[in-house]
Amino acid sequence: MSEQYVLETRNLVKEFKGFVAVDDVNLKVQKGHIHALIGPNGAGKTTVFNLLTKFLIPTRGQILFNGQDITAMKSAAIARKGVVRSFQISAVFPHMTALENIRVALQSFEGSSFSFWKSGLSLNKLNERCMELLDSVGLAEYANTTTVELAYGRKRALELATTLAMEPQLLLLDEPTQGMGAEDVDRVVELVRKAAQGRTVLMVEHNLSVVSKLCDRITVLAQGAVLTEGDYETVSADPRVREVYMGSSETGERGSQNPENKAEAAQ
Amino acid sequence: MSQSFNPADIQKAILEQQKIEDRKKMMLNGVLVLLLVAAPFVMYPVFLMKILCFALFAVAFNLLFGFTGLLSFGHAAFLATGGYTTGYLLSNFSGLTTEMGILAGTALATLLGLAFALLSIRRQGIYFAMVTLALAQLVFFFFVQSEFTGGEDGMHGIPRGHLFGLINLENNLNMYYFVLAVFLGCYLLVQRIVSSPYGQVLKSIKQNEPRAISLGYNVNRYKVLAFVISAALAGLAGSMKSVVFQLASLNDAHWHMSGEVILMTLVGGMGTLLGPVVGATFVVNVEYQLSQGALRDWVDPILGGIFILTVLAFRSGIVGEIQKFVKKNLG
Repeated sequence: MSEQYVLETRNLVKEFKGFVAVDDVNLKVQKGHIHALIGPNGAGKTTVFNLLTKFLIPTRGQILFNGQDITAMKSAAIARKGVVRSFQISAVFPHMTALENIRVALQSFEGSSFSFWKSGLSLNKLNERCMELLDSVGLAEYANTTTVELAYGRKRALELATTLAMEPQLLLLDEPTQGMGAEDVDRVVELVRKAAQGRTVLMVEHNLSVVSKLCDRITVLAQGAVLTEGDYETVSADPRVREVYMGSSETGERGSQNPENKAEAAQ
Repeated sequence: MSQSFNPADIQKAILEQQKIEDRKKMMLNGVLVLLLVAAPFVMYPVFLMKILCFALFAVAFNLLFGFTGLLSFGHAAFLATGGYTTGYLLSNFSGLTTEMGILAGTALATLLGLAFALLSIRRQGIYFAMVTLALAQLVFFFFVQSEFTGGEDGMHGIPRGHLFGLINLENNLNMYYFVLAVFLGCYLLVQRIVSSPYGQVLKSIKQNEPRAISLGYNVNRYKVLAFVISAALAGLAGSMKSVVFQLASLNDAHWHMSGEVILMTLVGGMGTLLGPVVGATFVVNVEYQLSQGALRDWVDPILGGIFILTVLAFRSGIVGEIQKFVKKNLG
């Protein structure tokens, strides 16, 4: 039955010198779903991402991708298998043009990435596909712009396009709307929705209105462990979820979203 | 904003720009070649060869430091290995032609580079620098203790011999054009590498390593290759140098030399193609001019001062600052 799950973790644990950051997490991500991982600061969401992509080595537990155990694989190999992640802080190559950013991703499958004797012009055959991808996130006109000069929201869009260039089966998005104004958030929601067609997405997200709009299923983490799981209605009605959000003494951006969450949940 | 953004048009525009930039690059290369071909008629060839050898050394170092983002503090080991190997072979086996000795020196430095890379590449930043320094010190002590190097006295009287057994390299002009040909070949090779598909991957690793990993690149392998190519070219520089001066000495293996190549690269402009060449020219000239005059004992403090000034005020180096200036005022 594990076939219906693209990604599965079994008793995943990560300990840092006596501190348990991820505690016995069993995650099941169903094929075709947009699955959200939410929870207060320090709940271990990003750590889970780092474990899934092997940027951190799990202390215990198993990670399965399409039923196959990938726990022992290296980051780069996992990416090639089709599990591609984005980062919390926009991960672009700042001193390359937008087009080159995408091209590097496409090159990954070209087999010429060690060819130090070949002319750079040999890469031009990838430009057309790059332009398609840029166009799909509304960045075609910035193809030749150095990335460092792009606005923040555009950098994130570029990052998404770069990730899509890898043709991932499973897309791991770490807070795609972090630090964005309302207008950009709506754009990203649309982009993610588009990107999710024919794929599975697992995303960490703080903005609960984004989660409610996009996600089929939600897993709530608190203190490294799974608190509850379900669709948005179930999860947002759960008193324990409200408690971990409201009970934590956090301030700032997330704090302002919490009352909204409570209000929605109360309806 | 009536301009339309048709992807096909943008693509065409990008190709156009590539062509223009390629043309610029060719022109700059042309100027460089002409200058260097004419140079021995106005300057002393041996001094020019010294500059070219150090320029090649710095170009090699810059491939790793400026284009891959790895600071090796042990490049002297490759320079010295190239120099001693070539010197030893040419001194002891008269049947060898000069280029064979040079190739052998380069090959050994390449192998040493591979060993260094495999031992150090998993470390990041300062730890990487320290591992390469420690390994280079091991190599230094090996050369100090070995008899064939002449220890503190160095290896003297290395015969220049005949290139391909035909061209007499005792003639300074012949020697110069041979050095120049090797230098230009390597310079163009590095230029090619930097713009190649592989160069793009190196760039991405330098700018955001975690992202490069998440795009499926096994970054350590790319770094090892860059290290090995860099070590090979540094070894070649050492081999050429020992033939030019008919001398290989411990100076080349000393950590001072590893520091000096960092200085040359930074002063000239790291991560630019011409930077290390300009930097090497600058440093060799400053050293020479100062050693002739009353400031003879002040060479090191003055170079140190230049180093500090560069790091604090002109971080892009001579070529980098010029590029910035041109970009700001002309484009």
